[in-house]
Amino acid sequence: MIEQVRNALPGAEAEIFTERVARGLTRFANSAIHQNITTETTSVRLRVHRDGRTVALTGRDPETLIARARAALEAAPADRAWPGLTAPAALPGEGNLDEETATATPADRAARVRDFVRAAGGLETAGYVSTTVHRATYENTLGQVAAGGTTEAALDGIARTGTSDGVSRLASVRLADLDGARLGARAAVKARASAHPEALPPGRYEVVLEPTAVADVLNCLAIFGFNGRMVAEGMSFATPGADQLDPAITLLDDPAGPGGIGLPFDAEGTPRDTLTLVDRGTIRGVLHDRRTAALAGAVSTGHYSDAGFGALGSCLHLLGSGAGPADEVDGPEADSHVSALVRDVERGLLVTDNWYTRVLDPKTLVMTGLTRNGLWLIEDGQVTRPVQNLRFTQSYPRALAPGAVLGVGATAVGQPATRLDLGFRAPALRLASWNYTGNAAG
Amino acid sequence: MSDFDEAQVAVEAALAAGARYADARVMHRRYESMHARNGEIQELTQREDAGLGVRALVGDSWGFYAISDLTDIAARKAGRSAAEIAEASATVAGRPVEFTPAAATIDSWASGCEIDPLAVPLSDKGDLLAGATKTAHAAGADLAEGVYQAWDTRKWFVSSEGHRIDQHIRECGGGIWATAIGDGETQRRSYPSHRGQYGTRGWELVTELDLAAHAERIADESRALLSAPLCPAGETTLILGGEQLALQIHESIGHAIELDRILGWEAAFAGTSWLDLTELGALRYGSDLLNVVIDPTLPGALGSFGYDDEGSPAVRRDAVRNGIWTGVLAGRDSAAVAGLPYGGSVRADGWQSLPMVRMTNVGLEPGPHTLDEIIEATDDGILMETNRSWSIDDKRLNFQFGTEVGYEVKRGRLGRLLRNPTYTGIGPVFWGSMDMLSSEIVAYGTPNCGKGQPAQIGHTGHPAAPARFQNVRVGVRG
Repeated sequence: MIEQVRNALPGAEAEIFTERVARGLTRFANSAIHQNITTETTSVRLRVHRDGRTVALTGRDPETLIARARAALEAAPADRAWPGLTAPAALPGEGNLDEETATATPADRAARVRDFVRAAGGLETAGYVSTTVHRATYENTLGQVAAGGTTEAALDGIARTGTSDGVSRLASVRLADLDGARLGARAAVKARASAHPEALPPGRYEVVLEPTAVADVLNCLAIFGFNGRMVAEGMSFATPGADQLDPAITLLDDPAGPGGIGLPFDAEGTPRDTLTLVDRGTIRGVLHDRRTAALAGAVSTGHYSDAGFGALGSCLHLLGSGAGPADEVDGPEADSHVSALVRDVERGLLVTDNWYTRVLDPKTLVMTGLTRNGLWLIEDGQVTRPVQNLRFTQSYPRALAPGAVLGVGATAVGQPATRLDLGFRAPALRLASWNYTGNAAG
Repeated sequence: MSDFDEAQVAVEAALAAGARYADARVMHRRYESMHARNGEIQELTQREDAGLGVRALVGDSWGFYAISDLTDIAARKAGRSAAEIAEASATVAGRPVEFTPAAATIDSWASGCEIDPLAVPLSDKGDLLAGATKTAHAAGADLAEGVYQAWDTRKWFVSSEGHRIDQHIRECGGGIWATAIGDGETQRRSYPSHRGQYGTRGWELVTELDLAAHAERIADESRALLSAPLCPAGETTLILGGEQLALQIHESIGHAIELDRILGWEAAFAGTSWLDLTELGALRYGSDLLNVVIDPTLPGALGSFGYDDEGSPAVRRDAVRNGIWTGVLAGRDSAAVAGLPYGGSVRADGWQSLPMVRMTNVGLEPGPHTLDEIIEATDDGILMETNRSWSIDDKRLNFQFGTEVGYEVKRGRLGRLLRNPTYTGIGPVFWGSMDMLSSEIVAYGTPNCGKGQPAQIGHTGHPAAPARFQNVRVGVRG
């Protein structure tokens, strides 16, 4: 198609990004499958810059797209910030694509739902099992060519008593890694352990955030903290080179490394490799697309997003403190790694989820949100009782500041993506203080 | 083939594959947006897509298949596949599926549009945004941004019950933002609301906003906020501007009255609701001043349509009357489970998405006062305007909102500007404390309502006006 563009729009800088996404989603609620969906979508994005003007169009038919681009270019406003196209560069690989996951059927997903529901032992359940295959190609008039693909399989489910919910989640490149029975049993244990929660007064508490809650912290850091445009414009806390986080924190963006569920390039054709954002507490990198890189005098890291936020994270990986899988724990803690962190807490909270988190100020990254799906009081190293959900208002960088991270779980666990081409791998975290500002009374 | 024909083929294929009910939507959507920063247009985006989504009910199990290939072969495959997926659903089966009754409808509907937004010259639209943001930047905003968005959606709906409905919905809107960056924080002012204003109207909506006329003011206010005193902490009388109240309605009433949440169908991700169906018609939701209406027939509002994505006609009905909860947002299957006689609130954000219960226009009926009268009647309180942050729990009870700006209210007059205002509360307690309501209703459009998993983006409208609340906790900080 790039030749068609060359011929139709002589002298233009142009790029074409083609995505093919097939997604199977099996949702369940009230312990039955109530939505079962397969979608197959193909989209072509054509971006053209000519005579100081830029247009980006999506559609399916190349000839129509080119005609639309020609018409739009004639009237488009000047684009003085055009950063140019990606020069030819090699990719780190073709991505992680598991064929069994790519060809999974509704029956394959339903089997995992059935196992989850049965393992919940009569508790009401809800959630989803999904399989996604994401293939893409890129080419531009400078000669950059890229192709790759990835798969993601995810299970996210809750079990419910009349007074509590318990959750378990797992995401992987491979559907085979999802054990519905194990995850259903885990959700049920947590639900039963959090039944009849008691009220707890708001205040500052030491916390152990399970990987499910840490995923939210990473999501907010990906959008607001390490967003290259926000850093360049003074809207982010992050200062490259500064020791702003605890030495226990090392954070990567690693879409195409082992276990990564992202494409090995972005919609501008920029290769993505493992990017160190935080190295033992020191800010080492921020995320850029071509525009934000030009703004900052940097190079693109391959994190273009058309979501309007600027460059966004693709697969954030907070490194654990050790290696090896965790053992299951028959209690509120998700696993033995979480349990090990709980053991050292004199008085604090075990948090399963941070939910509905919203930014109050991007620069300080003060967020408000609520706990969900299980919250327990920890006393003298033991989980002693479930407590009702609390609202927090907390600066995330301050919670991770030097001296504030008291422990990091041994292994990062894959968490489901919140959007296509975004995943998280997170260990549990033990943090010195988290500011809870409200409870069920207000 | 016409687009009705492709949907018809899909429905027939699903029936042939064993479905006892099927419906199909062909959708064609064009979208255009432009974004300006500090007087420069950064990129023009135009998207166009089309595809087919088909639902099939086999026994008591659903399947949905969507494909962007609009051919006869693809349509047949889609219908057949939807039925096959439904059979897989039956391996973890639940309750019997029934529908509320619906008459077979053959009709067309189009939203009002005086000026086609996609036909307005790009240079005119660019000049508008570049000019407004240049003015705001020159007036002291570190970041001045502006955007417009326009959607042009055509739908063709066919069901095995005889529906054959086409709709043409045009939506557009825009807004500008000024951000001032201080040493330790940022402050932002927006016009006309925190996301802009949107409706099922043409470019005339954007013209009426007169963005350029407000650019300097919002820049001035963003800088002034950097040095304003912090909003005090404590309980006070709170006056909310109409734009903030629109979001309060959206989050703590609109989502709470979604029947799929009440029934637990969205429990895992979006959450449930504090409402119990056994209390419908009796539960006190708020003060006697609170009258909330579900009204997709409202001309020009962003949640307006002729028919929902199950072919149910748009109908106005009560949600809260004189403070008592009286109605829900429902689909035909959820309404049947609840024993209610109506659906009419099911929509999808595209051909590729499964229709689900979504807000339409959910908003207030007017009160007897004006904002000036409310301020004059307030001895000691705070006025908060323009949303900055929003968060509410999974039952839609415990909320915390931040607004861009606050003003002291002392002895019936506006006083000092206040920085970082927030307020928090519990839904029915908060609505129960509403003691004054303005008549100055505006239908605010919300173009990015998230729900479902994966999230769908819904377009909703919220008629709202300034109102006053007693004993509200304000000034929550991290």
